[in-house]
Amino acid sequence: MHFLLLFSRQGKLRLQKWFTPVPEREKKKIVRDMTTMVLGRKPRSCNFLHWKDLKIVYKKYASLYFCCGLDAEENELLALEVLHRYVELLDKYFGNVCELDIIFNFEKAYFILDEFLLGGEVQETSKQVLSRSIEASDMLQEVCFGRSCLLSVLSIIFSVVL
Amino acid sequence: MPAPIRLRELIRTIRTARTQAEEREMIQKECAAIRSSFREEDNTYRCRNVAKLLYMHMLGYPAHFGQLECLKLIASQKFTDKRIGYLGAMLLLDERQDVHLLMTNCIKNDLNHSTQYVQGLALCTLGCMGSSEMCRDLAGEVEKLLKTSNSYLRKKAALCAVHVIRKVPELMEMFLPATKNLLSEKNHGVLHTSVVLLTEMCERSPDMLLHFRKLVPQLVRILKNLIMSGYSPEHDVSGISDPFLQVRILRLLRILGRSDDDSSEAMNDILAQVATNTETSKNVGNAILYETVLTIMDIKSESGLRVLAINILGRFLLNNDKNIRYVALTSLLKTVQTDHNAVQRHRSTIVDCLKDLDVSIKRRAMELSFALVNGNNIRGMMKELLYFLDSCDPEFKADCASGVFLAAEKYAPSKRWHIDTIMRVLTTAGSYVRDDSVPNLIQLITNSVEMHAYTVQRLYKALLDDISQQPLVQVSSWCIGEYGDLLVSGQCEEEEPIQVTEDEVLDVLEGLLVSNLSTPVTRGYSLTAIMKLSTRFSSVVSIYGSSIDVELQQRAVEYNALFKKYDHMRPALLERMPIMEKTASNGPTEIVQTNGETEPSVPDTKHPPLVTQPANQVTARSHDISVFTIDGSFFVTDDVLLNQWFNI
Repeated sequence: MHFLLLFSRQGKLRLQKWFTPVPEREKKKIVRDMTTMVLGRKPRSCNFLHWKDLKIVYKKYASLYFCCGLDAEENELLALEVLHRYVELLDKYFGNVCELDIIFNFEKAYFILDEFLLGGEVQETSKQVLSRSIEASDMLQEVCFGRSCLLSVLSIIFSVVL
Repeated sequence: MPAPIRLRELIRTIRTARTQAEEREMIQKECAAIRSSFREEDNTYRCRNVAKLLYMHMLGYPAHFGQLECLKLIASQKFTDKRIGYLGAMLLLDERQDVHLLMTNCIKNDLNHSTQYVQGLALCTLGCMGSSEMCRDLAGEVEKLLKTSNSYLRKKAALCAVHVIRKVPELMEMFLPATKNLLSEKNHGVLHTSVVLLTEMCERSPDMLLHFRKLVPQLVRILKNLIMSGYSPEHDVSGISDPFLQVRILRLLRILGRSDDDSSEAMNDILAQVATNTETSKNVGNAILYETVLTIMDIKSESGLRVLAINILGRFLLNNDKNIRYVALTSLLKTVQTDHNAVQRHRSTIVDCLKDLDVSIKRRAMELSFALVNGNNIRGMMKELLYFLDSCDPEFKADCASGVFLAAEKYAPSKRWHIDTIMRVLTTAGSYVRDDSVPNLIQLITNSVEMHAYTVQRLYKALLDDISQQPLVQVSSWCIGEYGDLLVSGQCEEEEPIQVTEDEVLDVLEGLLVSNLSTPVTRGYSLTAIMKLSTRFSSVVSIYGSSIDVELQQRAVEYNALFKKYDHMRPALLERMPIMEKTASNGPTEIVQTNGETEPSVPDTKHPPLVTQPANQVTARSHDISVFTIDGSFFVTDDVLLNQWFNI
């Protein structure tokens, strides 16, 4: 997979993941091209397009379009399953996920994506294992925060005392 | 200094902006605040500020001043900081940035961190966007992690290794020892990523391919277990166990069995089993079948298996799901060269797909249809393809027209059929025909000698209907110019010859010249045609050479002589008339400047001359000198054109 994009019906970008090095200007152009092409498709068209030498696979979930760019040898039907799996993961994490969740918690959407795909390839095929990893990471964040809170409180007390 | 606002707060605020300008203002204000916060080296809120910056970056605003801050976050000990820091690095710090390499040390430390989630972050970042230098520096660490027993890290290390190999192929060797027992893993995550790693190595190196061929039996066993095993809640997708792993194994088998009989033999059974037992009601099952078909077609499979594969594709073509139909057409296109006969069996279904509503499917069906055309089915196929050309979207017409011409040239059953087909394309999709087709078609027509009369007749009739399609007009003009004499003499054998006079022909060509629809190229063609006709049509004058009317007879003979023996004088003779005084209608007539061969015209009592110009004798509206009539009208309408003509 070369890239994965999420954008709204109005063409607003909600998430962008690039798996190959692309210059900033080029990224903007690709995003523009993808949004134009995908949003311009008729409602009951097939989910595959051709763009340059890439296969573009897209799927609409509620108000969000999930769009990815594949190499010629990659399996488009499986890519649909990959997109679907990502949506399922988001849904499990946020509970009935909607676009607003992705907007206000975009960094979490990225964290989940980074547990699911690495370098454009699937790294974990079990939903449960993946969810557990995310939970553990979140927990670590809490603990860390808690610990640092405690540390900063203690340092304030000490600085007052001393 | 008040605490910087929270991320969610910022997002909420920005979303209330009603115009782009308002949004830009908010962003600029916040960026300024963030910048000063960065300057103060504030550790507590750095994470929050970078997160906000990343949000603004997604909206399209510049965020480069946050790059160094990401590095500082990565170097922090707090997990929260690292998480956002690495995210920021992946979004802002691709390998083109100067700051990129500074990450290397941090990543190295984190790869050896005590917490696996930190190690995971480092592996993920390296595997997504590590530059070649970084990969070179850190490959050793990745290799170490590939051998760990921690499956969480092992699966990430495998994909990280894939990235390293893509960036620095020479490092492939160093990962070889670690791959030894990768496939004995029970953990599906590790299995999946291991298969991806093995695939990458085999694709890049023939030596590796040879080395890993011995894994075929093990891969077959794993695949078999997946299919035969009962329901496994962890990996189940619509009743199928771990389809992601199944597809990757099938792909690896494809590469391993590609040019090797033994390996292909060893996987024969499992492929047949997958092909027949996979549930096809949902997309996931079809994804596996699709991969299976691709594998069967690529390895050295026995013919029975190949037929099975093509039949699966044939069934796909009838599936309600558009995606499946599309994928079937794409696969058939890949195999049509090697398994032509098998694909031919599905020709009627493929041709039906030309009528599909989906644009992507139509395109594939068109390409495949052209690939299936041969001497036996040319008539039937061409009928379908021409119907498609009539009704398809403009984006297809050029390619379809070119395809039709090519196919017609290769397999035309008769010359007449060939000309008819060309005619059909020119009249229905004439404006979309490629420019280079026009000379090719002209050459084709020239070569079909016995069809000249028929061709020119049909083209003439087409011109009468429509002069807007330039390629049609150009080819027609050219043909009329060459074979106009056949047209008027009614020599057509193939169909009922039409009655057309030279006058009418020249009128039509003249019409092309003055029409706004004609491009300069088209006008050139018509002009040349008219020029040519002036030689071919001169014989019309001789018809009146035996006219009862002596006057006509004389003129006819003399004009004929003019064309034949004194052609060099024609420019002078047909030169523009000088301005004449108004005289009485019966006054002395102006004589065409000749060398005395023709006599001064006697006032013609039969045809009352037009009032003002006595010189109208020369341009009298009688048919025998219709050529001059047309010249006369050229005088009136387009001086420049006429001068150009005679200056050739």
